[in-house]
Amino acid sequence: MTDNIVIIGGGQSGVQLADSLRTEGHTGAITLFASEAHLPYQRPPLSKDFISDQADASALPLRAQRFFEDRAVTFHPGVTVTTIDRDAKTVTASDGTTTVYSSLVFATGARNRTLSIEGSALAGIHYLRTVDDATLLRQELAGARRAVVVGAGFIGLEFAASARARGLDVTVLEFGPRPMGRVLSEPMSRYFTEAHTRSGIALRLGEGIASFAGDGGRVTTAIGTTGTEYPADLVLVGVGVIPNDELASACGVPCENGIIVDERLQSSDPNVFALGDCARYPHAQTGTMTRLESVQNATDQAKTLAKTLTGTPADYTSLAWFWSQQGSIKLQIAGITDGHTDSVLRGDIDGDKFSIYCFRDGTLVGVESVNSPADHMTARRLLSGAMPLSTAQLADASFDLKAYSKSLVPTAESV
Amino acid sequence: MPAITFHHENGTTDLIEAVAGTSVMRAAVTNGVDGIVGECGGQAMCATCHVYVREEYLDRLPTMSDDEEEMLEVTASPRDEERSRLGCQLKITSTLTEIAVDVPVTQVHP
Repeated sequence: MTDNIVIIGGGQSGVQLADSLRTEGHTGAITLFASEAHLPYQRPPLSKDFISDQADASALPLRAQRFFEDRAVTFHPGVTVTTIDRDAKTVTASDGTTTVYSSLVFATGARNRTLSIEGSALAGIHYLRTVDDATLLRQELAGARRAVVVGAGFIGLEFAASARARGLDVTVLEFGPRPMGRVLSEPMSRYFTEAHTRSGIALRLGEGIASFAGDGGRVTTAIGTTGTEYPADLVLVGVGVIPNDELASACGVPCENGIIVDERLQSSDPNVFALGDCARYPHAQTGTMTRLESVQNATDQAKTLAKTLTGTPADYTSLAWFWSQQGSIKLQIAGITDGHTDSVLRGDIDGDKFSIYCFRDGTLVGVESVNSPADHMTARRLLSGAMPLSTAQLADASFDLKAYSKSLVPTAESV
Repeated sequence: MPAITFHHENGTTDLIEAVAGTSVMRAAVTNGVDGIVGECGGQAMCATCHVYVREEYLDRLPTMSDDEEEMLEVTASPRDEERSRLGCQLKITSTLTEIAVDVPVTQVHP
């Protein structure tokens, strides 16, 4: 019988899975297909350091070149899986090869949602996901004076802050009423609105993009839904992503805004799994079907799935956490704050160093921290341990949260 | 060529050559040095590139930022008041052409 775990996708989750499978003692074959031809790399710096004017020229790899040899992973860079036969348990790839699998793992990630409006094919309109995208963007940034960003999500605002720091005039168009409205509490959104405005970014809330106009095939103007014209040498579009679930869907694996899997990241086919940005799974803390786009989610799901695939089945229950760097602001989020009903602010918001604790019906569900990494680490301990905590305790400035978190949960520091 | 030496708990070492501007974290991740994670990509936001700098190099290190100071309070392995730094904040420069560090037993909280 074949013992070959085939992983489709060379991003954070796919590479971590290959690594963790060996750590967990998998002795069979591992085959990894990656659609990009590069050595797998870290995406988060692409919208931050990589496009600053003091950027290191190369992307930061996820693993060293020799990782694939050391860990005996058959790595196919620049090769896409085109068809899957679940009865024969084979995958056929763009290089014409057919590979037999014992387990198949979708780590296919997501792709940028794109605009199809008047002028959206003009040169100078960019999306940011891959190192090739970032390299091109960095080149064009060097000669640009005015940038328009479509979408005030993480990517859009990270880019906006980087471009502003390089001295560009930056306008951000956001259709919704507040920045990062899908993920942040209302007071945190308001803090970012004020901070970015103070840095000179023109944040146009409640205004989407209507069309682009150009000259000689290159964008010159972004036209908002209010009819306002914004001159632009460069446009960055960050309006969310679409999970890459078509390949799974085409071979009959149920999908709905992502590949549907259970607590063990297993699809309806017991030999087929999915993880990372492309997977929709029952979230342990919220109890709802969830698809998260984050390094933490990808990494921890890979570590969990490696256990299941090596004979120690494990449910995925890790606490979600996220981060973003926008100019001098470091934002870290622990937990899922979606649907919270109450919040308490601790720290110094005027000094750009504070945290917002979000509660749902009396239970702490998530914490957003600005320039307060120690708060964030404490929050991760609190949320992982499901420690009882009240809004009244938090509202008391003299309450020592860090000491409290250590008092109830044993950690590496205290044992 | 400037060089970074990583000393591991089990007595083994990795000697990595690095060009100016390269951080201790980047050199480790790029060359597959065990025990250095660099999860946040060098933003001083995850404390998974914690190292203990060997004493003979301590007087050549860059000043510690408030961010790094705070992250060192939440490392998975205990902080050493003198020697603990984040590898992402230590870059090879004309004044720091070589450095030796001890790699902590763990970078990840249980």
